[in-house]
Amino acid sequence: MTVTASAGLSDLRSFLHGLPGVDKVGVEARAAALATRSIKTSSKAKAIDLAIRMVDLTTLEGADTPGKVRALCAKARRPDPADASCPPVAAICVYPAMVKVAAEALAGSGVHLASVATAFPSGQAPLEVKLADTRDAVAAGADEIDMVISRGAFLAGDYRHVFDEIVAVKEACGGAHLKVILETGELGTYDNIRRASWLAMLAGADFIKTSTGKVAVNATLPITLVMLEAVRDFRERHGRIIGVKPAGGIKTTKDAIKYLVLINETVGDEWLDPDRFRFGASSLLNDLLMQRTKLTTGHYAGPDYFTLD
Amino acid sequence: MPKSVKSPAPEPGRLTVRKTYKLYIGGKFPRSESGRTFVVDGDNVSLASRKDARDAVLAARAAQPKWAAATAYNRGQVLYRIAEMLEARRAEFTALGVSDSELSAAVDRWVWYAGWSDKIAQVAGGANPVAGPFFNISAPEPTGVVAVVAPGSLLGLVSVIAPAIVTGNTVVVLAAGPQIAISLAEVLATSDVPGGVVNLLTGRYAETAPWLAAHDDVNALDLTGVEHEELAAELERAAAGSLKRVIRPQAAIDFTADPGLRPMTALLETKTVWHPKGY
Repeated sequence: MTVTASAGLSDLRSFLHGLPGVDKVGVEARAAALATRSIKTSSKAKAIDLAIRMVDLTTLEGADTPGKVRALCAKARRPDPADASCPPVAAICVYPAMVKVAAEALAGSGVHLASVATAFPSGQAPLEVKLADTRDAVAAGADEIDMVISRGAFLAGDYRHVFDEIVAVKEACGGAHLKVILETGELGTYDNIRRASWLAMLAGADFIKTSTGKVAVNATLPITLVMLEAVRDFRERHGRIIGVKPAGGIKTTKDAIKYLVLINETVGDEWLDPDRFRFGASSLLNDLLMQRTKLTTGHYAGPDYFTLD
Repeated sequence: MPKSVKSPAPEPGRLTVRKTYKLYIGGKFPRSESGRTFVVDGDNVSLASRKDARDAVLAARAAQPKWAAATAYNRGQVLYRIAEMLEARRAEFTALGVSDSELSAAVDRWVWYAGWSDKIAQVAGGANPVAGPFFNISAPEPTGVVAVVAPGSLLGLVSVIAPAIVTGNTVVVLAAGPQIAISLAEVLATSDVPGGVVNLLTGRYAETAPWLAAHDDVNALDLTGVEHEELAAELERAAAGSLKRVIRPQAAIDFTADPGLRPMTALLETKTVWHPKGY
């Protein structure tokens, strides 16, 4: 079936509740089994470079300053100043207030500029405020918007409300890409994550993203697997390709490579591309750089030789 | 004579409880991640790999700031506790072939170093007379994570570990005598030494030491236990890449002699502060 913007609440509900349930034990076992793959030598080198190209280098702190954002942008353009062969990251991800600074610092680099919007991270604000937030960020130079869904409305069963909000924000985005944060740690069950994924994709999301990074449970392999399956099934049914972005808690190269294996085995290598898969992370980049240095120099690298942020 | 602790022949109806000597990393006793073991005097001993060395450095690095931030008094208490526990386990080391006099010397060495914890700063640092209106104060600080190629004897092992950790360093030790080293690890594990402050790896140091020597996150390298000149020179060269401090004794050390302060001061960095005086 197709759910259009004019479809009624009952249509949407019956569609989302008609999705097959997720086999919790099965999805966790599948994710755990794929996580045991061993990726070595030249494959590992390629995986590390790909993972670096997929990083959305993120700083979402109350203490963010223009100086910190500029430093991060410099790092995004040239993650390893000592090695010109190291690729730049996919994007910088900041709060709307920092978009202008980041846009100037990234000008001409090809690095995308993502901004969280819509009353991140709680999403508990009136729609007009969320739309104004979004338009501001886009006007200031963001070409990707990471919005949060209203988990309160979703959990209360008011899918239409969530759907309409996404549609409205997508419209406010104009030409900017829209990533929809499901905040899976607050959704409770895999079934809800599958439903929220479909809801976001039907409403026009370009990417679906796991988490804000601000709650206890962030991205995990099984959650990402459920979302990748949703993306795969959505493409089969509607022909549109949606990206996936796990965020929060991915700190090591080992973790990142597990995600790459998961992509390859679930949706195929078409998704092994920064336009279709991103890591929302901050500390991950340094570990990737350290592992990269280990491979290029032949000895273990240390954090003293890399930037703190 | 086999040096290992052999369980006596079991009583009828009982099985022998055989011991596997594992590694000591981050306060735990894991097997080598490589799964390899080797046999020493009839005992199964873990053969550490470079990844075990890497994990040990991670554990040592994680433990270092908190250990260095503990009060000198507290570190002294912990070292004294090690002496207590070692004293209580004398029989175990005797069964491994350690002589009574060496055991006593090893226990005494822990006590001696424990006493230095809150005194070394006064000896190695202090106020400096300067020509200007400043207080000028030097204070010793730990170097950080120290990789140690240790000698095989118990007294030798204690003589390289104690001076490093008493001032707030953490160590990754490549131990030559596996049973003695891991028995000492069991002493450390029951002595309130925080996990990761001492990490012990058994196996062939010629295989793991080069990885530690070249590791960017290791701050100093103690080559006391390296017997081959060529390997020592090679390790020293590898350590130069990250400007590590290297301790390379020029002659065999008599561990029964008074060690002096050098083993401690060799792993300290001096921080000097200039503070304006208003008068």
